[in-house]
Amino acid sequence: MRVQEKIIEGLLWLSAAITILITVSIIWVLLSESVLFFSEVSIVRFLTEKEWTPLFAEKKFGIMPLVAGTFLTTVIAIAVALPIGLTIAIYLNEYANARFKTFIKPLLEVLATIPTVVYGFFALTVVTPFLQSFIPGLAGFNALSAGIVMGIMIIPMISSLSEDAISAVPRSLREAAYGMGSTRLQTAFGVMVPAASSGILVSVILAISRAVGETMIVAIAAGQQPRLTLNPLVPIETITTYIVQVSLGDVPHGSLEYRTIFAAGMTLFVFTFLLNNLSFWIKKKYQEKYD
Amino acid sequence: MNIKHSKLEAINLDAYYGDFHALKSINIAMEEKAVTAFIGPSGCGKSTFLRTFNRMNDYIDGFRIEGQILLDGRDIYTDDVRVDELRKEVGMVFQKPNPFPKTIYENVVYGLRIQGIKDKKILQETCEKSLQQAALWNEVKDKLDKSALALSGGQQQRLCIARALAIQPSVILMDEPASALDPISTAKIEDLIYELKKDYTIVIVTHNMQQAGRVSDHTAFFYMGELVEYAKTKTMFTSPKDTRTQNYITGRFG
Ligand SMILES: Nc1ncnc2c1ncn2[C@@H]1O[C@H](COP(=O)(O)OP(=O)(O)O)[C@@H](O)[C@H]1O
Ligand SMILES: [Mg+2]
Repeated sequence: MRVQEKIIEGLLWLSAAITILITVSIIWVLLSESVLFFSEVSIVRFLTEKEWTPLFAEKKFGIMPLVAGTFLTTVIAIAVALPIGLTIAIYLNEYANARFKTFIKPLLEVLATIPTVVYGFFALTVVTPFLQSFIPGLAGFNALSAGIVMGIMIIPMISSLSEDAISAVPRSLREAAYGMGSTRLQTAFGVMVPAASSGILVSVILAISRAVGETMIVAIAAGQQPRLTLNPLVPIETITTYIVQVSLGDVPHGSLEYRTIFAAGMTLFVFTFLLNNLSFWIKKKYQEKYD
Repeated sequence: MNIKHSKLEAINLDAYYGDFHALKSINIAMEEKAVTAFIGPSGCGKSTFLRTFNRMNDYIDGFRIEGQILLDGRDIYTDDVRVDELRKEVGMVFQKPNPFPKTIYENVVYGLRIQGIKDKKILQETCEKSLQQAALWNEVKDKLDKSALALSGGQQQRLCIARALAIQPSVILMDEPASALDPISTAKIEDLIYELKKDYTIVIVTHNMQQAGRVSDHTAFFYMGELVEYAKTKTMFTSPKDTRTQNYITGRFG
């Protein structure tokens, strides 16, 4: 009995240890390669140069074009996903009856299970031609369709997390609102959404984190041209797609070009790390409020 | 019992949760600007009945009523009645204080805001007046912009009363408003109810017999979905007619 328990305890400890070990080694590899990179290219140059051309004869190492591309597709994605996701969450909570809810929720989850390659081709072959029919200046590869489709992909994330947040608001608050003569709409927007705002914010931050890390859709539909622009109509490149591009190419290991992907990866890591911590911190504050 | 002016009335009221018969042919008329208390053992239907007067049960799946509820002689369950309008006339205070997670000020003026009133002067005046009526003004006048959640339970409940008063209802329904509060806060709420009946018709559900005795003019005793006895509070407590009432108020069950 005691031996058995010891073994189980040991196994649990081992799996925890392995997880930590893997995380630490990933960070270690990222860090050590980045350090080598930054010993050749100064951080100031990395952050201030306006072009990113490490694979060209005339090399420029400014990360900003990739950051701009990432920022642009993310903003478009959130602009699509937040209003739609929040509307769905509110509808499911305040209007839909139980039967409709059990029917629509799995349907939404399906959106999240479609492979991102499929989304990417959907953006390239359906959304872009459709948008081109009324936006004449739209290039074949562009941030707009990639962002829109990415937004569609993260709708379920925002709607289901926001729905959880809204249904976690005590029922007594809804009764207070109705008791004061609020309509359903006034109850939803005046009381439920504000009371759930921290939870909704968390869902948005996690969605941003997801959008920042998204690779396939942008790789397929947004082009691979690092460009310091906020124009959604032209080809761009994001941090993730750059990493894919170099990883798939024939850049020699150990070269400076090769190390750029670790510097880019480090940048990505810093972003998502900060976002996840922010959401964690908000969640903690939020829990205190209702205890 | 003789009712001079009936503000609220139930006529042959039956209520059901699905197949469960929660209220059984209730007939009662309640006096205007008086306090009527509903007493009875837990689960006898007091809350269900109270919530028919502002149609709060409408949101419960499978709930339905038969019979009529009259407010000032008018049926409130007909199709032309708007529930949001009805609830501006019939305010409610709940068992657990439920202020919004907003400032004290925003809580009190909430009802005006949803009616589209933006005039700052009106909002501020209503806020002060309502808080004074709820005997809370002196305690909070310097922190109106602080969160309502920082108040004590008793203060929160008086804030909820102020919030209800701000939209000038004529009826206030209270579902065990002091059951979650300490004795001092309870006493404050009871004093407040006594003051408020000058201007409002109050219906209060209470578990506490002494409380019913202290604050109410009339008392209705419910038992398993039936209205067993309805009388002047004094009469009810000194000479109950039904043995079930007798047993309950002498503490033999419930
Ligand atoms: N939402 C509901 N669904 C089904 N039954 C309910 C619901 N609410 C109350 N009941 C039942 O109706 C009866 C009366 O409840 P209630 O009015 O809350 O009693 P009281 O307030 O006197 O304690 C109880 O038997 C309770 O179980
Ligand atoms: Mg009750």
